Amino acid sequence: MRVTVRLFARLRDLVGAGELARQVDPTANVAEVWGDLVREFPALAPYTSSISGAVNAEYARMDAPVADGDEVAFLPPVSGGGGAAGGGRAS
Amino acid sequence: MNPSEVAELVADPGRGAVTTFIGTVRRLNLGRRVERLEYEAYAPLAVRTFERIAAEAAERWPGSALAVHHRIGRLNVGEASVVIAAAAPHRADAFAVCRYGIERVKQIAPIWKREHFEGGDVWVEGATADPDDTRAREDALRRACA
Repeated sequence: MRVTVRLFARLRDLVGAGELARQVDPTANVAEVWGDLVREFPALAPYTSSISGAVNAEYARMDAPVADGDEVAFLPPVSGGGGAAGGGRAS
Repeated sequence: MNPSEVAELVADPGRGAVTTFIGTVRRLNLGRRVERLEYEAYAPLAVRTFERIAAEAAERWPGSALAVHHRIGRLNVGEASVVIAAAAPHRADAFAVCRYGIERVKQIAPIWKREHFEGGDVWVEGATADPDDTRAREDALRRACA
């Protein structure tokens, strides 16, 4: 089945796109969609323990099922929590 | 983004107290001289998250109302990035709801900022957004009632 993957902030920068169309297993859950993405873009791997997931613009647990046509979003830690700096670059 | 317009959203004859919070772009962050911020949001989820936060506040402070307005895109130092307005029958609750609102927005709203400073830029990443994290919610309640 086909899903639309949405990526934000640094995840979007790491992948180079904010929206991807992907084929996933018909029994896939949110974690499996992420796992496929990490295999394709290994730079995402450090975020595995800190991302939030959303399905169709609602927060979803990583074990939530995914259906054909769903929009599956992955959200890096948000700005407000601790104020730690994520990845960036010096110029 | 006019704070008085956000405040009008929560005004009601039954609510005698209205408080507003304005968050602006600060010049210095972590010792860095900030040049500008760039905000990004997952907009539909952000709106639902704001509604959720308002519902949490109404549950804890009956009769209260909360409005949240957040800007996205490029913001210069001194510009307002977020306005929160809270209203309640009495002032103690209006202040508490306003504080609770901004704490929860910072915890769970899917909004990110890229800080452009002298010499580089960085995505600011705090904590994992989890609306069901009861410890985070209790922390926001504690701050609101301090």
